[in-house]
Amino acid sequence: MIESHLSLLMVVLPLLAAPIVAVLPNGRLPWAVSTLVSWSVFYLAAWQLMNVSTGHVISYELGGWAPPWGIEYRIDAVNALVALIVSGIAALTLPYALKSVTKEIPQQQHALFYAAFMLCLTGLLGIAQTGDIFNLFVFLEISSLSSYALISLGKKRQALTAAYQYLIMGTIGATFFIIGVGLLYAMTGTLNMADLAQRLPELYEHRTIHTAFAFIMVGFALKLALFPLHVWLPNAYTYAPMVVTIFLAATATKVAVYVMLRMVFTVFSVSFIENTPVDELFLLLCVMGILGMSFYAIYQKDSKRLLAYSSVAQIGYMVLGIGLGSVLGVTATLVHLFNHALMKGALFMAIGALVYRVGSSRLEHFSGLGKQMPWTFAAIVIGGLSLIGVPGTAGFISKWYLVLAAIEKQNWLIVAVILIGSLLAVAYVWKIIEVLYFKATDELEQKNITVKEAPLMLLIPMWVLVLANVYFGFNTELTVGTVEQAVKLLIPGVNE
Amino acid sequence: MMEIILEHYNYWLGVIIMMAGFYTVISRGNLVKKIVGLNIFQVSVFLFYISIGNVKGGAVPIIEKGITLYSNPLPHVLILTAIVVGVATTALGLALVVRIKEAYGTIEEDDIHNQDQSL
Amino acid sequence: MKHNLILRVVSKFLIPLIFLFALYVQFHGDFGPGGGFQAGVIFSATIILYALVFGVDNAKKVIPAYVLRLLASLGVLIYAGTGVVTMLLGGNFLEYGVLASSQVAGQHLGILVIELGVGITVMSVMLIIFFAFAERGRPALNVESESESELE
Repeated sequence: MIESHLSLLMVVLPLLAAPIVAVLPNGRLPWAVSTLVSWSVFYLAAWQLMNVSTGHVISYELGGWAPPWGIEYRIDAVNALVALIVSGIAALTLPYALKSVTKEIPQQQHALFYAAFMLCLTGLLGIAQTGDIFNLFVFLEISSLSSYALISLGKKRQALTAAYQYLIMGTIGATFFIIGVGLLYAMTGTLNMADLAQRLPELYEHRTIHTAFAFIMVGFALKLALFPLHVWLPNAYTYAPMVVTIFLAATATKVAVYVMLRMVFTVFSVSFIENTPVDELFLLLCVMGILGMSFYAIYQKDSKRLLAYSSVAQIGYMVLGIGLGSVLGVTATLVHLFNHALMKGALFMAIGALVYRVGSSRLEHFSGLGKQMPWTFAAIVIGGLSLIGVPGTAGFISKWYLVLAAIEKQNWLIVAVILIGSLLAVAYVWKIIEVLYFKATDELEQKNITVKEAPLMLLIPMWVLVLANVYFGFNTELTVGTVEQAVKLLIPGVNE
Repeated sequence: MMEIILEHYNYWLGVIIMMAGFYTVISRGNLVKKIVGLNIFQVSVFLFYISIGNVKGGAVPIIEKGITLYSNPLPHVLILTAIVVGVATTALGLALVVRIKEAYGTIEEDDIHNQDQSL
Repeated sequence: MKHNLILRVVSKFLIPLIFLFALYVQFHGDFGPGGGFQAGVIFSATIILYALVFGVDNAKKVIPAYVLRLLASLGVLIYAGTGVVTMLLGGNFLEYGVLASSQVAGQHLGILVIELGVGITVMSVMLIIFFAFAERGRPALNVESESESELE
C-alpha cells in the first residue's frame, strides 16, 4: 500500500516545491530546494522501477474513487522507465544548473526560474504516471506552459519568438489531442485508458474512432517533433538557456513518444493500426526525417542547432519502431528512448560547458578548445560515438535492435536508412570534433587567451551521463530487461 | 438534408468555429491575431464537449428532490479545466508578444523575420 | 478617469457588492454554478475595476505585489496540502471522506477547502497578470502629472 503512495508522491513533491520555491529569496536557496526535491524524486523513481520490473502493476486511485469513475495512476514497467529517465535527467541537470543559470539568467529571476523548472518536472512526471487520458492532457499543458516560459528566458531576443512559435504549435497540438479525447469520450463514456482498451474493440469500424485516432496522432506528432511538424524544435533548443535545452532535449520529446506508444498499443491495439495506413505513413515520415534532418544538421554553423536537428532525426528512429509495430520494434523504440536521453543529455551538457567558458555556441568560436578543455572534449567524443552507434556504447544497442526489427519485417529499405543515418551522424559529429581539436588554435594563441577547463559542478553531471552511456552499452540488463518486461504488458497477447 | 443540419447543429457550429479559428492562426501575420485565433479554436472545442454532455430531457446537474434524469456533469468539469488552461496560454502568449514588441519594435511576423534574417 | 464623478461614485458603490457576489459564487459551488475559478476571477475583477478608475498606483497600495506572490503560492499549497493531509490521515490522495466524521461531511469540507485554495490562487494570478501588463506600457515614471497617471 505504501508503495503506491510513494508513486503519487513523485508527482506531488515537485508540485509542492514549486510554489515554495517561487517565494524564496533569490540566491542559493531556490536551487538547493529544487535539487533536493529532484534527488528525492529520482530515488523514488528508482525504487518504483525495482517494484514493477517483475511485471507487477501499481494501481493508485486518486480520491478513493474506484476506476473507471475515478482518476487512476497505473504504473507498469513502461511508465516506471520513463519516470526514471525524467527524474534522473532532472537530478543531474540541477547540480549543473547552479553555475550555468547564474551566468545566463539575471539574478532577480532565479527563484521563478527554479519554480518553473519544478512545474515542468511535475508535468512530465504526471504524464508518465497517469492512467487517465484527461489527466494526461492537464499534465501535458502544465509541462508545456512551463517550458514555454523557460525557453523565453534565453539571452537573445530570438528566444522570445522561438517560445512564441512553440506556444502556438504546442497549443494547437494539445487542442487536437483534446478533440480526439472528446470524440473517444462521446463514443465510449470513459476516460480511463485501461477501460477504453476494453470498450474500443467493438467500435473499431466506426468512423468517429478513426477520426479520434487521427486527431490524437497528429496532436502528439506535433509534440514529439515528427518530421514535418518539427519546425518549432531547432529554434526552441537553440535560443533557450543551456539548462533548459539540456532538460527539454533529454525528456520532453521522450515523454511524448511514450504517450504515443500508450495510445497506439494500449488504448488502440495493434490490430486497429494494421487496418489503417498509419504504420506506413509513420515509416515514410520517419525515413524522410532521418535522412533529411541528419543531412541538414551537417550544414549548421551553431552547435546547439546542429544537435537539435540531430534530435529530430533520432526521434525519427524512435517512431520507426512504432511504425514497424512488432515486439522487436517497440523494444527498439523504448531502448532508444532511454539511450537517446543519455546521449543527448551528455552532448548538450558538454556543449553547455563550452558555452559557459566561451559565451557563444557558434562552432567558429570553438576552434581549438579541445586541447584546452580535455575532459569536455573527451565527453563530446564519447557522446558522439554513442550517437553514431559505435559498439560498446548505448547507441549501438538501440541501433542493433532497430536493425533487428527491420530485418524481421523483411524491410530492407529501413535497414539501409538506419545505416545511412548513422553515416550522416558520423559527418556531423566529425564536424564538431574537427573544429574542437584539429582547427588551428592561432586565434586563441594570438590573443593569448587560455580557456580553463569547465568547473567541477558542470563536469561531474556530464561525466555521470557519459559513463552511463558506456555502462549501458555493455550491461543491458536494466534497459533491455525492463523493456522486454514492459513490451509484454504493452502488446498483450503477443508471443515472443 | 435539412435534418442532417438541424439534428446535429452543434457539431456543425463546432466545426465552423474551429476552422475559423485555425485559419486565423495560420493566415494572419500579426502575432496578437494569432493568439485570438487560437482562442477561437479552443472555444469551439469547449462548445463541442459541453454539447455532447447534454442529455435529452435531462435537468441541470444539481441534485434536487424528485428529479431522476440529469445532464452529464463530467464534461462541465473537463471544460472548466480546459478554460483555465486556455486563459493561462493566452496570458503567456500575450506576455511574450509584449516582450517581442519591446525587443523588435513590431508585432508583424514578416517584419520580425526580416529583422532576424538580416543578422 | 478619477475625474469622472459618475464613474467614481458608482464604482465605489459597486466594488463591495461585486466582492460579496464573488464570495457567494466561491462558497456555493456545490449548489449552483460557481466554484473556485469563477470566484477568483470575479474577486480580481473588483481590484481591476478599482485600478481602472483610480489608477494602478492606488490599486498597488491596496494589494502590494509581494502579497500577491505569497497568496498565489498559498493557494496552491492549500490545495496540495489538503491532498497530503488526507494521505496522512490514512486515505488516498484527495480522498476527502477521511477528513471528517462521515463520508458526506468529509466530502463537503474537502471540496470547500480545495475551492478556497483555487479561488485564492486564481485571484492573485489574475492580478499579477494585470499589474504586469499595466506596468509595461506606462510612460517614464519621473513625469508626474495628473493627466499621465491615467491608464491609457
